[in-house]
Amino acid sequence: MTAIDEKTPAGAASALLEVRAAGKTFGGVIALRDVSMRVCAGEVTCVLGDNGAGKSTLIKILSGMHAPDSGEYLVDGVPAAFTSPRDALDRGIATLYQDLAMIPLMSVWRNFFLGSEPRLGWGPFRRFDVARAKHVVREELRSMGIDIRDVDQPVGTLSGGERQSVAIARAVHFGARVLILDEPTSALGVKQAGVVLRYIAQARDRGLGVVFITHNPHHAYPIGDRFLLLNRGASLGEYGKADITREELTSLMAGGAELEQLAHELSRGDPAG
Amino acid sequence: MTVADERLVRTGVARRLLIRPELGAVVGAVAVFGFFASQSATFRSIEGVANWLDPASTLGIMAVAIALLMIGGEFDLSAGVLTGTTGLIMVILATRYGLPIWAAMLVALVVALLIGFVNGLIVVRTKLPSFIVTLGTFLMLQGVNLGVTKALTGTVQVSGLRKAEGYEEARALLAGTIPVGGTDFRVAILWWIGVTALATWVLTRTRAGNWIFAVGGDDQAARAVGVPAERTKIALFMTTAVAAWLVGSIMALRFTSVQANSGIGQEFIYIIAAVIGGCLLTGGYGSAIGAALGAVIFGMADKGIVFAGWDADWFKFFLGAMLLLATLANRFVRRYAEEVRH
Ligand SMILES: Nc1ncnc2c1ncn2[C@@H]1O[C@H](COP(=O)(O)OP(=O)(O)OP(=O)(O)O)[C@@H](O)[C@H]1O
Ligand SMILES: [Mg+2]
Repeated sequence: MTAIDEKTPAGAASALLEVRAAGKTFGGVIALRDVSMRVCAGEVTCVLGDNGAGKSTLIKILSGMHAPDSGEYLVDGVPAAFTSPRDALDRGIATLYQDLAMIPLMSVWRNFFLGSEPRLGWGPFRRFDVARAKHVVREELRSMGIDIRDVDQPVGTLSGGERQSVAIARAVHFGARVLILDEPTSALGVKQAGVVLRYIAQARDRGLGVVFITHNPHHAYPIGDRFLLLNRGASLGEYGKADITREELTSLMAGGAELEQLAHELSRGDPAG
Repeated sequence: MTVADERLVRTGVARRLLIRPELGAVVGAVAVFGFFASQSATFRSIEGVANWLDPASTLGIMAVAIALLMIGGEFDLSAGVLTGTTGLIMVILATRYGLPIWAAMLVALVVALLIGFVNGLIVVRTKLPSFIVTLGTFLMLQGVNLGVTKALTGTVQVSGLRKAEGYEEARALLAGTIPVGGTDFRVAILWWIGVTALATWVLTRTRAGNWIFAVGGDDQAARAVGVPAERTKIALFMTTAVAAWLVGSIMALRFTSVQANSGIGQEFIYIIAAVIGGCLLTGGYGSAIGAALGAVIFGMADKGIVFAGWDADWFKFFLGAMLLLATLANRFVRRYAEEVRH
């Protein structure tokens, strides 16, 4: 991961996920039209766009929640026919939504294994292998460099960034090859967002393909290998890091001209305001 | 890791103790015992202990089951009246239709499971608050208990269980006594301890226990990671019904008769014991041992007030004060546990 800046946008590596000219409409609303993107192992693909740009719709296609109305969705080069997020999860595509599906009053280790508890014994004596669960959680968190004081503490006592980190570690542990994060940093302060970005980098370094949805180019630019820009459901292009500067990204994202217009409107003494 | 370990030492012990759900009940039980023991020599004698453990045991079995249900995020107001329903079914079948006690108990168990299942099914399917759904079942059962008993006997009780086949064995197993140090202790105390131990094991050491905490803590989040929330909740309602059947059978065998209004009003006592034991009204948090201790506090106060020579009317005041204190302590714990740190 030293040569991020030299990466070519087309990507020499074979794609884990690939979307070709995908479109999605809801009734009369065109949520997504003719969008293409690829996700490769060990790379972070950032999806950027304003509210309503279609970011969530795109990742719902990736995570198996929606099927695209037009275009193709390939997983490992083969067309995917997911009927539910469970199908996608079984193929190693894990999606972390904003609420993270964690229970605040339950301990870190209980949350970590919720729904996939390791068990011991047989018949009526089958039990939750608590010792192993705690051990695994401690090891997983440590190996990702996550500093949680105590795996027995309730998840509710963790900060927002720590929660995101635990959720990332959980996805990695359960064999995710692709990690999809919907605005993981939007509710976080600068420091906490930095923590989460660091764990995204960790997951990337372990060889996962990461899809990082955000509307903050300052979070996206330092970590992204490629950038997909969406505007009103259409793609403004997919750029490799070498092809775009942070300033260009920011102005594209904000819709350059619109921002200037806004600045003009908001300036003091504007009679039209 | 040295940094992490250092922080662990500083905050770990205090926090771990504070967030134990049964902490309040332990402190409360010790305080109440100390208080009545200082007031009355009988209270602290072995006969006294056997005496106040008696009401604690049957209440405790129900409180533990209700605690599991409350941790799972639901209430059951029909649990009290169901102890009456199961007892009535058993006595009616054994005395009026000549069934052996065991067969009568089996029928009562099947009916209890069915009622628990229906309670659970309505709650998970309609997503109505279980408070309302089981209030409905409570009223219906109350009506059925009275109506059927009156129609069959012309009175408001059924009796004569003593003559039923298998009565002696069933009584020895569920409602007998065992001498300990020259004092007779109710065998129901053993059932209560067994139920508490089993519930604790399930809650803390099994996958089902993890699911119970999860569906009570955040139903949607639990579903999202694949927890079968509906099945878990229905199973909890059925567990409560089985506990009601056990207590109903114990009571019927002990008194050989059942009043048509038996168990009514008890449903809130179960909830109070569970809350004193650390269960949150909002679900997702609590303990079986805590609920069992809540029942001990109840038993001690119930008998202690009499031993101390006071008017028994004070019991309700005492109960209310305990409940308020426990709820305040629980709220503190919840805030502490849910507070987001930066
Ligand atoms: N289930 C749906 N039914 C109808 N319209 C929908 C549905 N889902 C999304 N849309 C519409 O599709 C468009 C794109 O929505 P989407 O949620 O993908 O945007 P987004 O980029 O994630 O926005 P935000 O930054 O606000 O999360 C919006 O106009 C939205 O109203
Ligand atoms: Mg969105």
